[in-house]
Amino acid sequence: MHSNGLFLKDVAGFLGSYYTGLAIMNAVAALVLWKRKHRVGDAILWSCVAGALMILASLAMSGSPTWVPHLPEWLRKLVNTLSGPVNYTAGTTLLFVGAFVFRKFFVKPMVAWTVFNAALLLMGLAMADENFASIVMKPDNVPIVGLVFLLAFFTWVATKQAVENDERIAQGLPPLEKENDEKVLVWPDLVYTELICMVGVAAFLLAWALLLPAPLEEPASSVKTPNPSKAPWYFLGLQEMLVYFDPWYAGVALPSMVVFGLMAMPYLDFNKKGNGYYSINERKFAYLTWQFGFLELWITLIILGTFLRGPNWNFFGPFEYWSPYKVEVLNNVDLPQMFWVNLLNRPLPRVASDAPWYAQVGTILLREAPGLLIMAAYLFLLPPLLAVTVFRKYFAKMGFVRYLVMINLMLLMLSLPLKMVLRWTLNLKYLISIPEFSLNF
Amino acid sequence: MAIGETIRNSQIWKSIFRHPMPLDRRNRIVVMLTNFFLHLHPVSIKKQGIALSFTWCMGGVTFFLFLVETVTGVLLMFYYRPTLEWAYNDILALRDVTSLGVLRELHRWGAHAMVITTWLHMYRVFLTGSYKPPREFNWVIGVILLLLTLLLSFTGYLLPWDQLAIWAITVGSNMARASPLLGYEGPGQQLLTIGGIDMITDGSDARFGLLGARFVGEETLNRFYVLHCIAIPLAVALLLAIHFWRVRKDGGISGPL
Repeated sequence: MHSNGLFLKDVAGFLGSYYTGLAIMNAVAALVLWKRKHRVGDAILWSCVAGALMILASLAMSGSPTWVPHLPEWLRKLVNTLSGPVNYTAGTTLLFVGAFVFRKFFVKPMVAWTVFNAALLLMGLAMADENFASIVMKPDNVPIVGLVFLLAFFTWVATKQAVENDERIAQGLPPLEKENDEKVLVWPDLVYTELICMVGVAAFLLAWALLLPAPLEEPASSVKTPNPSKAPWYFLGLQEMLVYFDPWYAGVALPSMVVFGLMAMPYLDFNKKGNGYYSINERKFAYLTWQFGFLELWITLIILGTFLRGPNWNFFGPFEYWSPYKVEVLNNVDLPQMFWVNLLNRPLPRVASDAPWYAQVGTILLREAPGLLIMAAYLFLLPPLLAVTVFRKYFAKMGFVRYLVMINLMLLMLSLPLKMVLRWTLNLKYLISIPEFSLNF
Repeated sequence: MAIGETIRNSQIWKSIFRHPMPLDRRNRIVVMLTNFFLHLHPVSIKKQGIALSFTWCMGGVTFFLFLVETVTGVLLMFYYRPTLEWAYNDILALRDVTSLGVLRELHRWGAHAMVITTWLHMYRVFLTGSYKPPREFNWVIGVILLLLTLLLSFTGYLLPWDQLAIWAITVGSNMARASPLLGYEGPGQQLLTIGGIDMITDGSDARFGLLGARFVGEETLNRFYVLHCIAIPLAVALLLAIHFWRVRKDGGISGPL
């Protein structure tokens, strides 16, 4: 970005309080470790971290380019060059798979605390970059940063208990929640918890409202289209899907299916185990399907759509300036073109516009035959095939109708990552492209 | 006699609160049964059902945020007029002139927070398998509440009538234009033609129904205002009542059998 040299001075106060906040957080952690857990070694370690953070805080306060802690220029450039939709998606997927496979390691409080601190430190270092800060600190984007950390925290809380319960169940013990089933009176135990929560949330909201002004841009003008034009942040996952699908599918059909699928979920999940306590091993299939849909296909796409999509919906690295002049090569090809022209070396089937309707329809069907056949195989051949192989036990337990609903929802959900991969590997634009009926898929 | 005791023994106090102070076990039970606001709760509950590590208190926080949105929203309605002439200027005044302008920040950040807490609540309910029988239908109601929460936030997004607002709503509502059969750019709308006349045009399709016009304009502002302040909150309030009632009737907070 064309810096006016004042940026670091502007954020010095914020970064200083940010690092101070982190230092206090670690000092409190050290105090808890020392007084409550009597782990002196760990307490000393985290006090040292707190001390180091205080040094960072004072450096950040200086507001001078040499002293403010920041990521080196070459690293930022490298991150920008490496980032793109493919690496981003592959990277996040790898991250989730890694976190899941090694969950027993990551749920250890000390490990989780280290990862948490590392993430916050990285965030602080990145914030000293003007381009990064200008996107992340946009008032309406602040909640998403909060969402990321909240989700990480609560995923940890849940996974920790699930891992513990899974170990207990493996030993033939009941889940932890069962140990705690003595009854207490709602007044005072629950009523007071609720009151404290309410006061806490109210205080938090008030502080947020006083510190961060709500955005208000220029008055609305229907002739001045901003670039990029973005939907509210919670719909940006859907807007990101528009890269791969037409609006009728990405904006209407698929979201409707998501809502329908969520509603259908309790009727499809026939597994009686894992009801009322945290567990992963007892319901692995449901767990993985949900986490893939929620964390990978919903949350990471929102983050991509918010933080990494700039003018003309082009992809920008986290430290890249959002230039409206960035040009991306668009060489996507429809499947009929690939099949008839590139593979068979002949023109697309065509028909005169005054031909009878059946000739028109026949020509369209012939032209789109490759895509239609693939879709037919995907939607009609795959379900019975899976029913007798991978999902044989499921099919037997679920019965025909439930299985049919479940498998179709799964296939529709998977249509998104599959289309992404096809786009990245084959530059495929549409499998089926019938402009005559505005039907592209 | 202490002043507190005098007040508590007065006829006025006793007429308002149908129970003595909940200081002993008996009265702690009585208070739950005789107080309108508390009778939503059971009298006693399993310890794990109120553990913060189990519930994250997310459902409660979401409901609290709904109340915050209601109160701040009603107050904002005193200041805000949903017309092209005034909408933007009223928000500008809330920012620069009105002493209680922070209400708008509370309302906007509360709305964002409510979307997030709704997701976290659903996340918790999924991870504890609490949507399983006998709570299937309450999960379905929850999904509808999620949808309504997003719609509340979406309709409210337009009201400041600035560039951010109208273009976000334009991008969002353009999707409706592509609805299969019902959007004038959607697949299959060509089939809905009677005697050579298109039934689905930009003046009769799904997006027109949503916006009340061919583009985001004054009709849309009015439509979204009414949806945002009256229609959707009423629907949410009704569904919330059923949601809470079902929590009790389906056996309270879930737990291992």
